[in-house]
Amino acid sequence: MGDVFKALADPTRRAILDELQERSGQTLFELCTRLVTRHGVGSSRQAVSQHLEVLEAAGLVRSRREGRYKFHDLDTSPLRTIVERWPPPPPHP
Amino acid sequence: MRIGLTSIFVDDQEKAVRFYTEVLGFQLKHDVPLGEHRWLTVVSPEQPDGVEIVLEPDAHPAVRPFTEALVADGIPFTAFSVDDVQAEVDRLKGLGVTFTQEPLRMGPVTTAVLDDTCGNLVQLAQMHADEAPQG
Repeated sequence: MGDVFKALADPTRRAILDELQERSGQTLFELCTRLVTRHGVGSSRQAVSQHLEVLEAAGLVRSRREGRYKFHDLDTSPLRTIVERWPPPPPHP
Repeated sequence: MRIGLTSIFVDDQEKAVRFYTEVLGFQLKHDVPLGEHRWLTVVSPEQPDGVEIVLEPDAHPAVRPFTEALVADGIPFTAFSVDDVQAEVDRLKGLGVTFTQEPLRMGPVTTAVLDDTCGNLVQLAQMHADEAPQG
């Protein structure tokens, strides 16, 4: 597994996770559209594609081929290692 | 100079004319036999004298790698204007159409992306006139 911390360190990659949280299963086109219209991120598709590769290497994004299309899904399970390592205090009642 | 025609590459003209007329709801305008293929155009019934779409055979070897790469990344080849994206999505899903992007509101426009079954993705776009950017 790649470096979760490195993957999370970039604001564009965090924005990608935000958008996938809202709707999992997006094409590269939809992600790029959301980034530019909602986050003002005018990165090229190639740049977004590279961000996705970093997120995939960290296990935070999974891509799947469905017929001729490629969709990207959010997978937050690698984040568990963070809260297991530094557990947050229990919530106050 | 005016825009009279625009073309879209299709992998099968017969299948394409059926999809663009029976499913999307356009009208056949020209159907001229040209040897192996046809000169095939459709128009919107709302603008029968408007821009024609040529359903162009994708016979050139460069076309499929190009269209397949666009489809894989979810990129629509062209876009059509509709009054209500959600209503069109509901209607077209009822006819078995596949969408690679569900309706998405982005400022003054809502879009969705469908598969035309002939090798392309097509975007449907609805402008929200009440919230158009002020000039």
